[in-house]
Amino acid sequence: METLLQQIINGLSLGAIYALIALGYTMVYGVLRLINFAHGDVYMLGAFSGYYLAHALGLDGNPSVLGAIVVTIGAMAFCAIVGMLIERFAYKPVRHHPRLTALITAIGVSLLLEYGGQVVFGATPRFFPQMIESRTYALGGVQITNQNLLIILVAVVVMFGLEFIVHRTRIGKAMRATSYNLQVAKLMGINTDRVIAFTFALGSALAAAGGVLVALAIPRIDPLMGLMTGLKAFVAAVLGGIGSIPGAMVGGVLIGLMETGLSATAYSTYRDAVAFGVLILILVVRPAGIFGSTAVEKV
Amino acid sequence: MLELSGVNVFYGGIHALRDVSLVVRPGEVVTLIGANGAGKTTTLRAISGLVRPTSGRITFLGEDITGQPAHTLVPRGISMSPEGRGVFANLSVLENLEMGAYLVRDRAQIREDLERGFALFPRLRERMKQKAGTLSGGEQQMLAIARALMSRPKLLLLDEPSLGLAPIVCQTIFATIDEIKAGGTTVLLVEQNAHTALAHSDRAYVLETGAVILEGPAAEIADHPRVRAAYLGE
Repeated sequence: METLLQQIINGLSLGAIYALIALGYTMVYGVLRLINFAHGDVYMLGAFSGYYLAHALGLDGNPSVLGAIVVTIGAMAFCAIVGMLIERFAYKPVRHHPRLTALITAIGVSLLLEYGGQVVFGATPRFFPQMIESRTYALGGVQITNQNLLIILVAVVVMFGLEFIVHRTRIGKAMRATSYNLQVAKLMGINTDRVIAFTFALGSALAAAGGVLVALAIPRIDPLMGLMTGLKAFVAAVLGGIGSIPGAMVGGVLIGLMETGLSATAYSTYRDAVAFGVLILILVVRPAGIFGSTAVEKV
Repeated sequence: MLELSGVNVFYGGIHALRDVSLVVRPGEVVTLIGANGAGKTTTLRAISGLVRPTSGRITFLGEDITGQPAHTLVPRGISMSPEGRGVFANLSVLENLEMGAYLVRDRAQIREDLERGFALFPRLRERMKQKAGTLSGGEQQMLAIARALMSRPKLLLLDEPSLGLAPIVCQTIFATIDEIKAGGTTVLLVEQNAHTALAHSDRAYVLETGAVILEGPAAEIADHPRVRAAYLGE
């Protein structure tokens, strides 16, 4: 029982990270019908921009919660800009081409960031400054670190924030219109180019928050760290139903729980296989995902 | 009010509009008729900014709007009910109408316009809370027109409002077009249902393979032997 609870807590915090990243995949898919394969690498850039910011601000030596918040927000702002630049210079020029062109472009951007990252940051892992002193609380037989708590807390706050933006603000209204029908949204007077740029900025900022949070808990960061995490978050988005915001949250948490669940068993070496097993299963059983509509896609 | 001169549009290698010139005067209902693929929808898409003409000029209220993006034309007073209606199926009728007023920040004006829309189509008031995707084709068409009116357009573009509708619903739609005209809004209409459309229009243009082949008062066009043969089934 305690082991189970322990795994659920671990799974929730891992799942919260997948959910943060999955939201970016699903939002971009919603407005552009594009799988932005470079999204996992934006998560990596979030961790690295946080790393450099912490060093630049001299926060690497002395742990401080305020410092961690400043670094997180800085990384989110940086990645929001990177996300908009990627959209403007990589995806916008191919927007009126067949979808496959955009997909291949996305893979290209992903490779560029991964291997460009190795050139700029070096291939050897860096040690992310520990700005929050690790504490472990014991509740009954269950151990929970303050970093895990922080991850879950930040993810919950961010998701409520996102829900508010999408359903209660003007730009959110424009995002929903654009995702239902881009052409018709234009006829409503909505500047869809701006909506798309905003969507990339928002998704990238969420991924950056995920990158910094992970780095605070597991301080080893390297330019390829976004590859596996990004793919798993993508599976989470598909599991939840790509295009669906609640789907991305639920999908992320489920993948996190399944992965930690398996890690606790004798088959822990297969932990990376969980997400991909799930992907195959959804594509066979219910391609639209948990929250996705089964409607035939319009051409 | 609206003038197209020598407008050409290409889709990839296809020459969809060839030197199309037409005029819409304030307060008129003008119809474009023609067979499938004649360029009717493309003409509307060029006016509303959804496609960019390769050459030619489009002016609206004396200003050059050629190639301006669609979202900048809504505040200028051009609104379109697109082909296939394009209602937001997952949103309620009310939310669809509010989306049509996206650029309007004055809540009082939105309320007033909602009332006007419901007066025009009482059916929409009954269905206010219902998802637009659950409406019948006729109701969706009503919603698309009402939504297009929410931005208080000076020029309303209607793409095949009667497509796929039962004759009785079709009559309702055209009666509403008369009312919209009486309310002072200029209408440019695209129709395959030439007979009914011409009966409710002031003037008409006939398009064939991307070019204007006939133009004139609606009654004359309706009597033209070529139109009677080709579009009115006589």
